[in-house]
Amino acid sequence: MDFSKDTVHEDIRQAVRDLCAKFPDEYWMKHDQSQEFPWEFYNAIVEAGWLGLTVPTEYGGGGLGVTEAAIVEQEIAASGAGMNGCSAVHIGIFGFEPIIKYGSEDLKQRFLPRLVSGDLHVSFAVTEPDAGTDTTNLSTFARKVDGGWLVSGKKVWITKAQEAERLILLARTTPRDQVAKKTDGLTLFFAPMDRERVTVRPIPKMGRNAVDTNELFIDDLFVPDEDVIGEVGKGFKTILAGLNAERVISANAAIGIGRAALRRATNYAKERVVFGRPIGKNQGIAFPLAEALIKLDAADLMCQQAAWLIDNGYPAGRQANAAKFLAAEAGFFAADAALSVHGGYGYSKEYHIERYFREARLMRIAPISQEMVLNYVAEHVLGLPRSY
Amino acid sequence: MNIVVLVKQVPDTETERKLDPADSTVDRAASDGVINELDEYAIEEALRLKEKHGGEVTILTVGPEQATDSIRKALSMGADKAVHVCDDALAGSDALQTAYAIAQTLGTLEYDLVILGSESTDARTGVVGAALAEYLGLPQLTLANKVDVDGTSVKIQRQTDDGYQVVEATLPAVISVVEKINEPRYPSFKLIMAAKKKPVTKLSIAEAGIDADKVGLANATTQVVDFAPAPPRTAGTVVKDEGNGGVLIADFLASKKFV
Repeated sequence: MDFSKDTVHEDIRQAVRDLCAKFPDEYWMKHDQSQEFPWEFYNAIVEAGWLGLTVPTEYGGGGLGVTEAAIVEQEIAASGAGMNGCSAVHIGIFGFEPIIKYGSEDLKQRFLPRLVSGDLHVSFAVTEPDAGTDTTNLSTFARKVDGGWLVSGKKVWITKAQEAERLILLARTTPRDQVAKKTDGLTLFFAPMDRERVTVRPIPKMGRNAVDTNELFIDDLFVPDEDVIGEVGKGFKTILAGLNAERVISANAAIGIGRAALRRATNYAKERVVFGRPIGKNQGIAFPLAEALIKLDAADLMCQQAAWLIDNGYPAGRQANAAKFLAAEAGFFAADAALSVHGGYGYSKEYHIERYFREARLMRIAPISQEMVLNYVAEHVLGLPRSY
Repeated sequence: MNIVVLVKQVPDTETERKLDPADSTVDRAASDGVINELDEYAIEEALRLKEKHGGEVTILTVGPEQATDSIRKALSMGADKAVHVCDDALAGSDALQTAYAIAQTLGTLEYDLVILGSESTDARTGVVGAALAEYLGLPQLTLANKVDVDGTSVKIQRQTDDGYQVVEATLPAVISVVEKINEPRYPSFKLIMAAKKKPVTKLSIAEAGIDADKVGLANATTQVVDFAPAPPRTAGTVVKDEGNGGVLIADFLASKKFV
């Protein structure tokens, strides 16, 4: 066990913090309300070289791991940018694991350098109206044609599809009733976003409104053979490559939101005077904030352990799921406590707490629901019989 | 062209800064150390001159062990290497002694320009640049908001209250900068990684050619005799608006020389 200060991690943390300081809460409130993509922020992240953090150095990336990507996302969220900031850059910082791990040399050469330079926007297109967590049930189908595949189907909850040039798209290539295992017969594609063939419809939603979330209607979208990621029929395995890591990184975003809420609430509790004294003197105000800090720090430690396991090649399902669970709860607890501390002002837009609150709630259902995390732990860690 | 940038670590102005009542020196444990803000502009200007004219940018810091954090940040911004004069004998040195220590250390380096921030956010004496130029026998160009190097000469715009003066000197020279000069860059991710491998030379006072009798609190040329916290803010004046509120506000601002 070594918890001594790692100077590179400290420097990454500080550099991201300094960069984010140029984008105050007002910037994020404005973009959340206008639903405009935060281009200035995105470009600043690109310019400082934070995209492609986990892309191997031979393709121009940083060659670092989940631990560092997690630091970056927690700092972005904690600046007050929250999920609007994290989602704007998330795929660029950590979305290419399937290509990095399973992609052909040709795919890597063509696309990884462009990911680093920031001009390649990509969406993750896996979930469907009838196949969310139940991935193998998806009905989007890719039919073999000369030189490639024709994809048709529906996708939902697709982030950044308005900006995307490519989709990391999972489709069935063999019908489910013709495969031995239901996880067989799925193929992952790096599909070009041909807007003649893909209709994108934004989904109005509760929060994180600066970054679009969409439904996709795909009609005979052509994907050339060379844009298949990994093996045909083995797409399920390919997509699993980054899931634990994604859980840990998302968990860090949740912790970051909690830290932003806690910071604001703590300052407010020191400054707001009622009955002639700062409200922070009341233990009814102070204790929930202290508890929020403890919960956030505990979740952070779980995240660090999970990240370390993944970066060092160990199985991390138990820890990554636990990290996601604890972080989502801690982030939401902190946002809720912050709202209570602010009273009516917490409900107003002006104090930003309501925005954190809406986003903290998101982290209890995304990227996977808390209940599915519990299912995983019950079944795969405790060995209880599967319930579904 | 080789440029040396003087970087001082100061207590973060965002935190509560304190003096140590025992010897009236800065209480370094009370707040985080950061690069003196104006020195970041100095680093940025050096990097821009290097990008234009080539050469190397060296960071020179006189300060305690913990100043390595600030040196690393300066290297993460893009400087090539650093010299850190670190010696307990330097503790408590005043502005003149610091200038002397820097001048002695510069004697061991090759440089065409020395750039520094025009003052630090802690002591705010603003005299190190001038004293240094005197020790080195070099021209000093102060309060620069623009720097142009042409062959063996350097020209700056020297900021004044109502405009600027153009000042020219031959190289080598000492330049102090103000915050209008540029917008300092962020350390980029790649430079943070690269900074780990950049050389930092650590020197004791003996290695830097500094005479122990000329530095340190005991030999200081100036002395902090007393200090007190700023008095708390008073309630201020409440002006009741009886139709002439605008005039009263204007009078008030005029009395304070704001308008």
